[in-house]
Amino acid sequence: MSLQDKYASLLDAAKNMGVANLSVAEQGGALHVSGTANSTADYDALWNMYSQIDPNMASGDLMMNIDIKADAGASLKVTTDSTNLNIRSVPSTEGEIVGKAAHNEVVTLVEKTDDSWWKIRTAAGEEGYAYAQYLSPM
Amino acid sequence: MNYKNIIPALMITGAIAVMTPSCSSKVPDATVKTNAEAVVTPGVTVEVKDGVVTLSGNVNNDADKASAETAVKNLDKKSGVKSVVNNIAVTPPPPPPPASVTTTLDAATQQKVMDGIKDIKGVTVTFTADKAVLTGEVSKADRMKIMQMLAAAKVKSDVSQLMDKK
Repeated sequence: MSLQDKYASLLDAAKNMGVANLSVAEQGGALHVSGTANSTADYDALWNMYSQIDPNMASGDLMMNIDIKADAGASLKVTTDSTNLNIRSVPSTEGEIVGKAAHNEVVTLVEKTDDSWWKIRTAAGEEGYAYAQYLSPM
Repeated sequence: MNYKNIIPALMITGAIAVMTPSCSSKVPDATVKTNAEAVVTPGVTVEVKDGVVTLSGNVNNDADKASAETAVKNLDKKSGVKSVVNNIAVTPPPPPPPASVTTTLDAATQQKVMDGIKDIKGVTVTFTADKAVLTGEVSKADRMKIMQMLAAAKVKSDVSQLMDKK
């Protein structure tokens, strides 16, 4: 079974959701899927499908590089488990902590520095880099 | 009007009319080919027989196909082009290689992965040449976070030693 068949329902769902710039390519034994989902809900739905199709996502045969549409100025919710999210001077945990955003606090996107680190600004005016995994576009 | 004046005038006109096509047909096909090749884009092949230019080869899109034909048609009469047959095939370029994977794990990428799992307890990461190898025990939710974080950092992973928390 080809990987496109294995992940057919996920690929169909991505198309139906209108994932922008959707690109699907099979290379080096893995299916590479990239694009921009319209919402955090769409993103979560795609990841849930992935974990259902490939239990524990352990096969290593899908590289799902989907991000979520968010332009500068967008509101982001801090989605840590319960703790504060560190805001740092540079996009790395090596960076000095220049501020903190509370769990569930809403902050503003300044720029998507890269796929792992985004520059944000809190309501209190603290500005710096936070790990994108803990920020959900609203 | 004086007929004596009209007759030589008609003769000259006639001579020009006869000469013009005979002039252009004298351009050797090899020269026509050179003239046409000078104005088409690379990838387009030019063949000429009796002044009829046949274009073939491959281009990326319809616009390039049309512009090659137009360029040859727009050559002036002296170039010897009588007509153009456009047999160019349009083949879209292959898609760019997927951007969703980093093949060499440089220090900055490794740092991103370590930054990402820093707050997830019970998991350690080591790196092979092209993969992040994760070991430990995680909850379903944390496993999802780890996979999302690896995807964002465009890192291939080996999670065969990453167990479910009981």
